[in-house]
Amino acid sequence: MKIVVTVKQVPDPNGQQALEADNTIARDREVVLDPGDEYGIEEALQLKEAQGGEVVLVSMGPERARDAIRKGLSMGADRGILITDEQLAGADALLTARALAAAIKPEEPDLVICATESYDGSTGMVPPMLAELLGVPQLTTAKSVAVEGSKVTAHRQTEDGYQIVEAEAPALITVTAGIAEPRYASLKGIMAARSKEVKQLGIGDLGIERGEPAETMLGIADAETRKAGEVVEDDGTNGVERIMAVLVTAKVV
Amino acid sequence: MPKIWVCAELAGGKAAPISFELLAKARELGDAEAVALGPGAGEAAGELGKHGAKVVYVNEDEAYADFLAEPGTDTMEALVKEHSPDLVLFGFTADSREVAGRLAARLGVGLISNAQDVSAKDGGFVARVPYFGGAKVAEYKANAKPAIVLLRPKSVEAAETGGEAKVEQVSATIGEGSRRARIVERKVETAEKIKLEDAAVVVSGGRGLGGPENFPILEQLADALGGAVGASRAVVDAGWVPYSMQVGQTGKTVRPGVYIAAGISGAMQHTVGMKGAKVIIAINKDAEAPIMKMADLAVVGDALKIVPKLTEAVKARKGK
Repeated sequence: MKIVVTVKQVPDPNGQQALEADNTIARDREVVLDPGDEYGIEEALQLKEAQGGEVVLVSMGPERARDAIRKGLSMGADRGILITDEQLAGADALLTARALAAAIKPEEPDLVICATESYDGSTGMVPPMLAELLGVPQLTTAKSVAVEGSKVTAHRQTEDGYQIVEAEAPALITVTAGIAEPRYASLKGIMAARSKEVKQLGIGDLGIERGEPAETMLGIADAETRKAGEVVEDDGTNGVERIMAVLVTAKVV
Repeated sequence: MPKIWVCAELAGGKAAPISFELLAKARELGDAEAVALGPGAGEAAGELGKHGAKVVYVNEDEAYADFLAEPGTDTMEALVKEHSPDLVLFGFTADSREVAGRLAARLGVGLISNAQDVSAKDGGFVARVPYFGGAKVAEYKANAKPAIVLLRPKSVEAAETGGEAKVEQVSATIGEGSRRARIVERKVETAEKIKLEDAAVVVSGGRGLGGPENFPILEQLADALGGAVGASRAVVDAGWVPYSMQVGQTGKTVRPGVYIAAGISGAMQHTVGMKGAKVIIAINKDAEAPIMKMADLAVVGDALKIVPKLTEAVKARKGK
């Protein structure tokens, strides 16, 4: 079974983020493999360990996104593909999905695993677009995945529980955090990752064009913010007293 | 007048609230029409009409409910090509974003997702989207036709207009190859007492609670207040509580009368989902946590100590 996992390098969710004067996100900050992607990699590795096959990581980003792929390779993935091209900088979801699809298609994977959404964008639009462009069904927000022959079954998280959903491979799956506990890279894994192949592709290799963007950013403004209110240092009684007073004013008690 | 479409959502054979919110926005922007696909669509059309849809395209085929994303995408594609709407509105919800994503890729038009508002400008549409986690708002102009915009739930207030929709039965136009991702079974895990989205009071917890074993103190407070319990993404990802409790950009948007955040630092991902609350009360050991800067009342202290005492105080007052 060949499994492709899409991975993304994102600003460290635990780090301090900042904006440049022109409102672009500061690039000098710490970047990490998207924590959400570690779950997909782990799930792919477990499927491979159970059934044999290959795990290929595909990422799009600047040159340094190679580090995110390397991290996944040190966890045990077999090889990587990095799509990097000046012309793809600032790509929107559709262009990203087109580039990923062009890189993934020749691999003819049985499964494509994506995080439900990235940590930085959190809009989750690339996976359904990618599934469409690859021409495969999508099993989404999976909290567990089972593969039996060519049948893929997933437990799809819903608002009030879950659905059991199934499709024939090839299929795309989006996985939620918690589907599997990501392993730590062992020293041996880190050493082995150094010699694993990471193929680099540019826009010309993919046979796609940048094209007109679907949307144009007109500007960025400060969001309406709520003003800070009253601050109380709790001394064991005044915290509860003040909260009660607010609840009474709000007429909920 | 531009033609504004709403891709309605059906839940349990009825139109879900997000459909009415989208219609309220659609009416503002032009001639509102809706598409309702799946069992119950015919009945939903009546409700959609009352909320301002002039036309509702309806098909009751069970395939829309039994298979993920693809049947809906097929029919939306066919309808969009036939009727050329100027703007198609979807809810920024799990089911709709899958259909919207596939549709945008198939039509090659792209989309603007996670919008909190959309307005007409220079003959086109401009959407406002939370940026940098919600501290900023970015304005995007849609360049393609149709423009596809996914609007966050609870961004717009639904309102009845009392109209009646012309109901158009449409053919299902589902490709045989599109019945692929099948829903075999539905399992309900949480019998919510009060729906988080509808609760007048929400008590939410984050990492500051220390561990899942401490969440019951929030439930006790929520019970005393007649409210519901929410959580931050951090503790949902850590597996403390189910996803159904998550409040934030990912997860639910709530606008309760009172929101009590216990041990939540207030990452933007979270605050986007709750900053519409009338009153925010934050309890946190860290006076510098972002949530403390936006709360109407910020109590610097240990939630594990304060919450149980608060529950007692609420019970005592209600017992009077």
